[in-house]
Formats: sequence, C-alpha cells, structure tokens
Amino acid sequence: MEDEVVLLDFWPSSFAMRVKIALGEKGIKYKCKQEDLFNKSPLLLEMNPIHKKIPVLIHNGKPISESLIILQYIDQVWNHKSPLLPSDPYQRSQALFWADYIDKKIYGIGRRVWMGKEDQEEAKEELMQCLKTLDRELGDKLYFGGQNIGVVDVALVPFTTWFYSYETCGNFSIEEGCPKLVAWAKRCKENYQSVSEALPHPLQINEYVMELKKRLGLV
Amino acid sequence: MKWRTIFSSKTMGDDEEVKVFGMWASPYSRRVELALKLKGIPYEYIEEDLSNKSALLIKHNPVHQKIPVLVHNGKSIPESLVILEYIDETWRNNPILLSQDPYDRAMARFWAKFIDEKILSTTRKVSFTTGKEQEHAIEEVTEQLKLLENEVKGKAYFGGEGIGYVDIVANFLVFWFGNLQEALGINIFSQHKFPFIFEWIQKQLKIDMVDESRIPKDKHLTYIRTRLAAFKSASK
Repeated sequence: MEDEVVLLDFWPSSFAMRVKIALGEKGIKYKCKQEDLFNKSPLLLEMNPIHKKIPVLIHNGKPISESLIILQYIDQVWNHKSPLLPSDPYQRSQALFWADYIDKKIYGIGRRVWMGKEDQEEAKEELMQCLKTLDRELGDKLYFGGQNIGVVDVALVPFTTWFYSYETCGNFSIEEGCPKLVAWAKRCKENYQSVSEALPHPLQINEYVMELKKRLGLV
Repeated sequence: MKWRTIFSSKTMGDDEEVKVFGMWASPYSRRVELALKLKGIPYEYIEEDLSNKSALLIKHNPVHQKIPVLVHNGKSIPESLVILEYIDETWRNNPILLSQDPYDRAMARFWAKFIDEKILSTTRKVSFTTGKEQEHAIEEVTEQLKLLENEVKGKAYFGGEGIGYVDIVANFLVFWFGNLQEALGINIFSQHKFPFIFEWIQKQLKIDMVDESRIPKDKHLTYIRTRLAAFKSASK
C-alpha cells in the first residue's frame, strides 16, 4: 500500500518550510494543501483541534503537528536516506537543544522586529544576540549538521528568507553582525534543492509582511 | 549554599559519572531526577541557588544558564525534555520512557510540549498576575488542564503499560501544582473537576520513586509565599 502524505501548509510559514525541506530531502511524495489562516479549513480544525495551527503532516490519515516533532517523525519513519538527526544520543541531544533554542527565540523576537512597535529596538538587539550565538555555534562548519544539513539547519534556514523583512522593517543589517550565518544560508540554498524549493524569495515574504501589517493596522 | 547528595541504588560503574544541577522546587529539575531514579541510575545532585548561580552551572549551560542540566561523563545536556530523551536513549533498561512507534513518540512529545508551553507557562501567569489578568489566566489554565484530563481518561498512564515520558513530564501535578494553588489561595485543580487526573495521581503515588520524590510541603509553601511577596513588592 502506498503511503498517503498530506501537508497542511501556509507558504510564508518558516515552520511549514522546515517540513517541506525534510520531505524533499527524504524524497517523499506528498500533497500540499494551502491554508488561509484567517479562515481555517474544517480539515485543519479536525487534524489539529488543540492548537489549530499549521504545519500539520497527515500520514495515512494520522495527523502530526508541531514542526520539530514532525521532523523527528519523518526522520524515524523514512530512515533510508538523508538522516536529519545524529545516531549518537549525545550528538542528538545537542542538535535538539539548538533546534529548541531556535524555536524559543527566532520567531517571537523576529515578529517584534517586523511589527515595528515600541519594543522594536529591544527586539533588534535580542535578535542580533541570538543570531550571533548561532553564528558562533556554526563556527567553521559547513552546516550545523557537519558535512551535511541536519535538523538544526532545517530548523533555522527558513527564517533566513525573513531576514530581508526584518532588516527593512528594522533598518539594520544582519549580514554585518553575522557574516558566517548569511554565507551558510546561501550555501544551503545553493547545495540543497530541497531548501531552494521550500523557501519563497525574500521579496515575496516582504510583500506578505507589508500586506499583513496593513491588515493588522500597523501601517 | 550548595550541597551534594549521592543517590545510588546500584554501585556506580567505574566509568559512569552522572551529575544533575537542579533546584529542589523546580518541576523541571524534579522530572530529571525522577527519570534517573526510575531507571536506577546513580547520580550526584548539585543544588543551585538561582539568585547566585555557580560558575559550574554557567560553564555547563552557557546559553540559558538555567537548571536542570545533566552532566554525563563530563558532557552537558540542558533542557529537561532533551535530557529525558537522552536518559531514555542512553540507559535502555526498564522503564522504557518512550515507545519505539514513531506515531506514539510524536504524540508523547506533543503532550510534553503542551504541558511545558501551555500549562506551565499559563501557571506562571496565574502566579504572577492579579485581578482580571489572573482571572483570565485561571480560565486559560483550567481549559488546558481539561485537555490533559481528556488525554488520560480511561488510561492508567499517559502512554503504554507503565510510567513513561508524559507521566514524568506531568509529575508537576502530583505535588507541585497542589502546593502552588494552596499558597495562592485558589482552587483550580480538584478531584471534583478533574477526576481522571486525580485517579492518575493516585496510581503515580503507588510508585515508590514518585512517592520518594515528594517535595517537602511546608518548605515549598514557604518558598512560594516568599517568592510571591518579593515579586509583589518589586512590582510596586
């Protein structure tokens, strides 16, 4: 019996991009369903009743939500190629630590940057601190995962397509503070088709952000 | 003041050195100790004074500078949920905390995340707000607890045939939460409102290691009350 894989998606979502990269890396065929987050489908509400959020992976009818949990699920089920997590428990714990760090910091702080309210300056500083921490963690490695991309790369790289929007809304340069990270993002897109296919162009994200700000009455 | 205690139900292997940097009133710290005790893993416990963090803690968790941190043969692992998975993968004896089935693992991780990011996070709001804000937080956490109640309904444990990952993460409900609401003078969590969770608590208490990890109640109540008073006077 062939696997049935459906992804409930929202194209600007960095969390959904993570899942697309993972599915791409593993060569999994799937159906992608776009959600309108201002008008959520009955399917989304049924598949993720608790959080009502995307991404949701539906594998043979069974839903899995929360992007990092989905990544670990994909890695375990389709373990024939492109491992996302190391096999050594300690190495795995370090990778999961950094993925968790990215989850706790980047989205929330980034949001405060592009929203441009009174706490924007504070948010810009916090964002740079986090990105510098990640920049240091990357060091001279090709990827966070070593010679190949791993869960930390997959967790972080989607947010890089939002960098242009953060920079424009906040009037600052991320590349100046984190050159290694910006070079790493470029390397991911150039060497991994799964990444270049999953990430919309930064200008598309910026257009979306501008529309969203209008909708939220922030411009 | 820092003190060390060595817990061992077995003789420590020559090359095994396990340390836990923790704090006695932290549910995150308690869950790591519970997992080690259940697996019978001897460890050295280092109590941290969170108002005066040790150089060692900062060395082992430079990014967050928080407890708990597990140090295994010199290698540091922070973040309690990451630590629990590390413990389960490193020491493969019973109880096995996470099922091998990928879907069951995903569900267990989902509920652990829900507990941490929703229930415990909203509980902090309940503790540190007053008036309408607190009322709203109480409503929110009640709804979140109802979801957990629904999840354990009809089950002896959150997953599987015995105590596992989600039961350990939910351990805060066995002692910690009850103490907190008593100190706050509120009544969110009762057997009447949450019969299935209370039934689960009774089963948990029958497990020696869970009962042994009881937080000393009077000490805990005093600690919470002191913290709340300090917070209130700081925010004036």
